Amino acid sequence: MAASLSDGRSSGSTRPRAETLFRALCLAAVIIPLLLLAVLVGDVLIRGLGRLDWAFITSLPSRRADLAGILPALVGSLYLVTLTSLIAVPIGVGCAIYLEEYGHDSRIARIIELNIANLAGVPSVIYGLLGLEIFVRVLNMDRSLLAGACTLSLLVLPIVILSSREALRTVPKGLREGAYALGATHWQSIRRVVLPMALPGILTGTILAISRAIGETAPLIVVGALAYVTFLPESPMSPFTALPIQIFNWVSRPQEAFLINAAAGIVVLLVTLLTLNSLAVGIRNRFQRRLR
Amino acid sequence: MAQRALMVAPSDPAQKPVADTPSKFEVSGLRASFGDNVVLRSIDIAVPMQRITAVIGPSGCGKSTFIRCLNRMHELVPSARVSGTVLLDGEDIYGRRVDPVLLRRRVGMVFQKPNPFPTMSIRDNVLAGLRLTGGLDKSRADELVEGALQQAALWDEVKDRLNAPGAGLSGGQQQRLCIARALAVEPDVILLDEPCSALDPISTARIEDLLTVLRERYTIVMVTHNMQQAARASDLTAFFLSGELVEIGPTTKIFTRPGDSRTEDYITGRFG
Repeated sequence: MAASLSDGRSSGSTRPRAETLFRALCLAAVIIPLLLLAVLVGDVLIRGLGRLDWAFITSLPSRRADLAGILPALVGSLYLVTLTSLIAVPIGVGCAIYLEEYGHDSRIARIIELNIANLAGVPSVIYGLLGLEIFVRVLNMDRSLLAGACTLSLLVLPIVILSSREALRTVPKGLREGAYALGATHWQSIRRVVLPMALPGILTGTILAISRAIGETAPLIVVGALAYVTFLPESPMSPFTALPIQIFNWVSRPQEAFLINAAAGIVVLLVTLLTLNSLAVGIRNRFQRRLR
Repeated sequence: MAQRALMVAPSDPAQKPVADTPSKFEVSGLRASFGDNVVLRSIDIAVPMQRITAVIGPSGCGKSTFIRCLNRMHELVPSARVSGTVLLDGEDIYGRRVDPVLLRRRVGMVFQKPNPFPTMSIRDNVLAGLRLTGGLDKSRADELVEGALQQAALWDEVKDRLNAPGAGLSGGQQQRLCIARALAVEPDVILLDEPCSALDPISTARIEDLLTVLRERYTIVMVTHNMQQAARASDLTAFFLSGELVEIGPTTKIFTRPGDSRTEDYITGRFG
């Protein structure tokens, strides 16, 4: 007897009910967080957009809410992100290359690996305390941008390392072998074949990590970012503030006007974050296109 | 280089005599393992110069491991061990002072799955070996690219798009690009590990034709799953079984009058 693929009913109703249910649950899992996010962003935009103008972005903070601006915090955050990238990316990628390409099965590599995985889960305040002790006190960096960037670097390093390793691991074994078979040394094969292949993946991980650093507040408070800064940082050794710190400061004021300032500050932070991210994604896509 | 490649006679499927050819490789007592798993035990074999030697045998018989011992690729796997001697032109490649990196520039390899470098153009793929190792003379680059692609019978198909990505070629073209890449380093020996197993019959035929031309200049050792391929395209056939060399001889003899009943069973399709 020939088996029929159709039992006469419409195809939708022949699907087991469990599958429909599962689909609905997954859909809900997508919609609920998106809704929450939309409510949050909407709320911030409604409160903050009115306050947001060019003067707000280019002014120094003030005791009077209507004169206060966010410039030192914005510049401080951009400085921090740049310094953090400069510190964390070379160290993180180097560490990933060592672990993935050279360390392999060695005991020391396994111990380092375990610790990195654990570090990725440590609360950021703890990194702040570590930064305060090591960078601010022992290394005498004082409450500077550099100390803040070093602390944020510690925070993001585990993410950079883990995602770079993941990217290195996805480079097919056949390509490494192809390089060796041509008489390449280990380093030559890493430099010319493995790294170019892994670069988009490494960049993706780095973008995620740096985005996290932009929004971090707690470790910077511990390290000693100032809340009221009426000057722009001049060098990595300058005292500084950052967007999340400024927002935190405004939110904790009782006056309604400062709360509106905080909402406007959040909009600036979000726009900065999105701009930096899309810049980084653009760079990554250029590298990726080369692979096709 | 290009000139020479063009002047080579068209492919001649007739097998060459192997009896009095000098050896390129002389292997004795070769043993190879991964951890506790011994893959090759005590292999003695001589590979003649400028001939095509096919290595056949069922899966897991150690044939791939065998050719990977000839350019010291086997030892790249962390648990891999090798012992015995492999003489290349009389010099032990496992000698204390031999640099495996330099050895691999003399003994090139083409893999089962075509593996052109995806980040590089066709041209850069051909030059990859020289560029990787820093030995590229820029003024000779164009000439080298054309020469290697001519030898690999790929030039006419790609000469107008040398800057296109190498990964955009068809499977058969990619494999010929990998052969061109291996040739550009100017090795003496080319090892091929089932080079046609991922290709269609037409691409396979092109590569077999190419090999018969290349043997004028290179010593070729080819692992193959395909017995027809061994019969068609090789001068000498070695039959491996369970990590041992059962027999080696002129291909016509192995396929018509094998000396060992196990060889006969295998080539007549009784197992494997």
